[in-house]
Parts: sequence; C-alpha cells; structure tokens
Amino acid sequence: MQTGFSINGSVHSDMPLIEVRGLVKQFGGLRAIDGMSMALKRGEMVGLIGPNGAGKTTMFNLIAGALKPTSGAIRIGDADVSGEGAEQRIGRGVGRTFQIPRPFAEMTVLENVLTGAQGQSGERFWMNFLSTRKVAAEERAAVEKARALLDFVLLAKLQNEPARVLSGGQRKLLELARILMADPDVILLDEPAAGVNPTLLELIIDRVRALNGQGKTILLIEHNMEMVARLCGRVIVMAAGKLLAEGTPAEVSRHPAVVSAYLGGVA
Amino acid sequence: MIFDLMAYGAFFLTMALTYAIICLGLNVQWGQTGLFNVGIAGFVAIGAYVSALLTTPDAPDRFGGFGMPIVIGWLGGALVTGFATFLVGALTIRLRADYLAIATFGVAVAVQLCVLNLEPVTGGPFGISFIPRPFASLAGNPSLFSALNLAVLVGIVVLLYLALERLARSPWGRVLRAIREDETAALALGKNAVRFRLQAFAIGGAIMGLAGATQAHFIGFIAPDNYMPTLTFQVWAMLIVGGSGNNRGAILGAVVVWGIWAVSASAVSALFPPEQQARAASLQIVMIGAALCAILLLRPRGILGEVRMFHRAKVPAAGDLPANPPANEPVHAEKS
Repeated sequence: MQTGFSINGSVHSDMPLIEVRGLVKQFGGLRAIDGMSMALKRGEMVGLIGPNGAGKTTMFNLIAGALKPTSGAIRIGDADVSGEGAEQRIGRGVGRTFQIPRPFAEMTVLENVLTGAQGQSGERFWMNFLSTRKVAAEERAAVEKARALLDFVLLAKLQNEPARVLSGGQRKLLELARILMADPDVILLDEPAAGVNPTLLELIIDRVRALNGQGKTILLIEHNMEMVARLCGRVIVMAAGKLLAEGTPAEVSRHPAVVSAYLGGVA
Repeated sequence: MIFDLMAYGAFFLTMALTYAIICLGLNVQWGQTGLFNVGIAGFVAIGAYVSALLTTPDAPDRFGGFGMPIVIGWLGGALVTGFATFLVGALTIRLRADYLAIATFGVAVAVQLCVLNLEPVTGGPFGISFIPRPFASLAGNPSLFSALNLAVLVGIVVLLYLALERLARSPWGRVLRAIREDETAALALGKNAVRFRLQAFAIGGAIMGLAGATQAHFIGFIAPDNYMPTLTFQVWAMLIVGGSGNNRGAILGAVVVWGIWAVSASAVSALFPPEQQARAASLQIVMIGAALCAILLLRPRGILGEVRMFHRAKVPAAGDLPANPPANEPVHAEKS
C-alpha cells in the first residue's frame, strides 16, 4: 500500500496538520458555523460528532473546500487555504468521501479508482499525441496501483462492472479506494457507516483502522457513536455551529453539556 | 444507371460525412462531457465563412478573398472556430446545463444575424460563391471527381475518429466522463472541472468549424440560410440516433439521419405538386422527429450506445483462466 507523505517535511510534528480558527459560515440569516476552532495532528484519528443541525456537515464541507468560509481561517500545513476551491485540496494532501457516495455511475469500478490518480500527464490532451509512451507507462502504473487498492477494499472482482451496480456499502468502499489513489495525508470521512450493512461495516472499520495505522490522519463525521468510540482516540463535539466539548470518547459521553445537547436542550 | 447510382451514392456519402464531422464534435461536447450546446449551427457557420474568405479569389465588393490553398482554409476555419468557441465557453461554461443551452442558442442566432448583415465581409444574404472545390481541375471527369472528394472526407473522418478514440480512452477522456457523471466528486479528486469542460468545448467547436469548412468547399456556395437552427436540430438527432458517447455511433447516426433526410426529400418532390413542395418540405423535419422518437423508444442509448472502457482483468491466479491476456492493455466492449 502507498503511504507517502507529500506535505512539507519541515513542518514540526507537533504542529497541527489541519487547523481551523474562528470559522464562521453564514447561509443567509442562518449562522451554520459560528466561530468554530479545531485542529488535527498528523497521524490522529478524530471523530466529529454532534446532534442533527449542529453544523458537522457544513464544517466538513468547509474543511474539504466545497464551501468557502464567511470568515475565519483554515490552514493545512503552513498554508492558509480558506480561499481555495475543492479541486485544490488534493494537492494539499487532503481527500474526502461523501455522506451519500458519489461514484461515477456509468464508469467501471476500476475507471472510478483510476480517476483518483494525480499528476497523470495523460490528463493533458495533447500529451496523448506527443508523449504516448510516457502516458502509457503512467497508465500501467496507475492500473496496477488501482487494482491493489481494489484488493484492499475487496472490490477487485467487480473492477469491470459499472459503478452503478454496487451496493451502498460497496460504494463507500469504492470512494475510499478512489481517494486513496491520490495518496492523501488526511482523509475526511463523511458518515462511512450510514446505510451500510453490518458485515461491510466491519470491513470499513477494519480498513479505516489499517489506514490510520499506516500513518493517515483521519477525520470522521459519524452518527454511529459505537463506531466513533471504537476508532477514535479523540472526539470533537459540535452543537449550534460551535465547539461544545472535546476529549476521549468516554470523557465526552459523560460531559453534561454533551448529554443535554443530545437530549435536545442546547445551551 | 449504375453510374448514376454510384455518383449519387458518392455525393450522398460525402455530404453525410460532413455531418459526421459535426456530430463527432458534438460527441466530444455532449456525449463525453455533458455540455449542452444548442448553437451548433453558429459554430459550423464560423468555420464555413472563415474558410470561404481565406480561399476564394479576391472579390472587389467585399472583404478578402485571399486565394489561399484549401488546406489553409480548413485549418483556419477549425482554428478560428475553436478560438471563438473557447471565448464563448470562457463566458458561459460555468453555467448550468439549461442556461448553457440558452446561451449557445443565442450565440448561434447572433452569428447567423451577423453573417446576414455584415455584407461587406460575408456577402450578406447573397452569401459567398465560387468557393474552390478540392480537385476542381478534375471536374471534367465527374465520377473520379466525386470519388476523390469522397476519399478526402473519408480520410478526414477516419483520422478524426482515430484521434478522438485515443482521447476517449486517455486519462483526459476519463476525466471528461467523470465530470459528466458527477462534477462534485471530480472536484474532490482534484480535477479542475472548468478547465476540462472548456477544453472539450473548444475542441468540439474546432471540429464543428472544420466540418463547416469542408461542407462549404464541397457545395461551393454558402449563405446565411444554411445555418439556421434546423442544422443544430439535425446534428442532435444524428448523435442521439447513432449513440451519444460513441464516436462510431456519431458517424453512423449522421449517415442514417442524412439518409432519412435525403429519402424524405425525394419523397416530397415525387408526391407533392410543385406549388405545395415548399410547405411539404416541413415533413422532412417531421420524419426526423419520428425517427428520433422511434430510436428513443426502441434503443434509448442510440443504435450503438456508449462503449464502456475497461482494462482486461489481470489473471487472479495461475490456472484460473484458460488464456493469459496481456495485462493492462486497454480494450473495450459493447455495453450489454
């Protein structure tokens, strides 16, 4: 498996890999994120939880670049990426999955994963005529790597099927393989357990743990508290667009503010 | 008799192949990338007029007539149209599909009105005539002349087909399909969707311009009336009938729909008295519409449909498969 780190090696290891400060996201009259701050250290696996409407998904989309903050700053490594678009995040070493998986339905499973490859010279159309050997060599390497990733998520047998035939859980695994193709340092997982049958869920948990073991930093949004407790050493709890509590899963589940937020009495 | 048939066959196929080129351009834009271009006629017109201006002999009553070789005219037509498409795309490519359709439709109407009214450049409603035809020196031998013209068109279509197939199978083509399937997911994988869509739009436009240029030289005369929305409709019908997303389908669809068009034209002239024929000609569009409905009901993906790209499966373990196919060789197969 590939685990290369691409983020600047001079960054001090204690320095957070992703840091969010005073983030605000306003949708018309609604302040979905209201001065949220948090940080991810290299190699951590952190859970982001909170009651419905707490702003988790908005927060996730801000970190993933799919939304731009109204104010506040998002830093990856030592770069301020607040103004960058979603397509630049991979270049910063940050990959994401989607709550409702978004496979390229009419493309094969293998093609889906190949699309995750970065820096392919064949993605510049003229190179397909001017430098065919280089393109072909890169493509061979990409296919080999994509097949290894499909082995990792147990989808190798389906590689030539169109992605639309996959089940919900398999789609989540496909998204994982697709983003791993880009060798991200940080993986943002949006509810990987939602709508997944128990057998596949165990596989997903196992693979996420393996990736973290290989050094990937992982941020997990999840409703399934049991999964968060099993995977994450640290949990960040949001409510009403703000940080509510932070700590180990055991600590936050005893935290009075968390208990009352989940029971409906947001402070 | 047989010579007449062959001559007509050559004429018919040459004309159909000029449409096949337009169709290949639309397939890059719509079939592969999902760009809803409803202004095809405008881009074809730009290619035709640029090539005509570059290659016709000097004309005292209008701009140009630069008397250049036909090849220069064709390349010029393709390049200028590609550039024009790029400019239109730079303004409109961020629009959602339905707005892009309205914008491109507007561009086509504007182009048509420009060529109609810019008389000093385009000859206005009278158009441009005496556009040099390839192999004009051989016009004395009609069968050789039309055979060579057909050969040129076949050559262009084959070269274009091979180049576009290579692109469709390339990582570039894969990104286009990914953007068509799900732009948000493509962005999350670091693909700059706007840049890829703009490239596909401009390449498709350049191909349409090339088609307009070859068509102009094949007919020898162009006028604003040739570039009405009917042309856009015909080309869309061709791509849908043949199979959107499939380059061979684009070519086949052009031949089939142009065939329906030609057959219905002779049916109209045979069945209706001369004074009714202008009105009866509308039945041709009805025929195309009926063919389109039939195809959509019987084969919703078109006659050929999109081909799925896949890489031949690696042999999982020794003895699992009888043959040992070359690993990683891109192959394709028909969708079931």
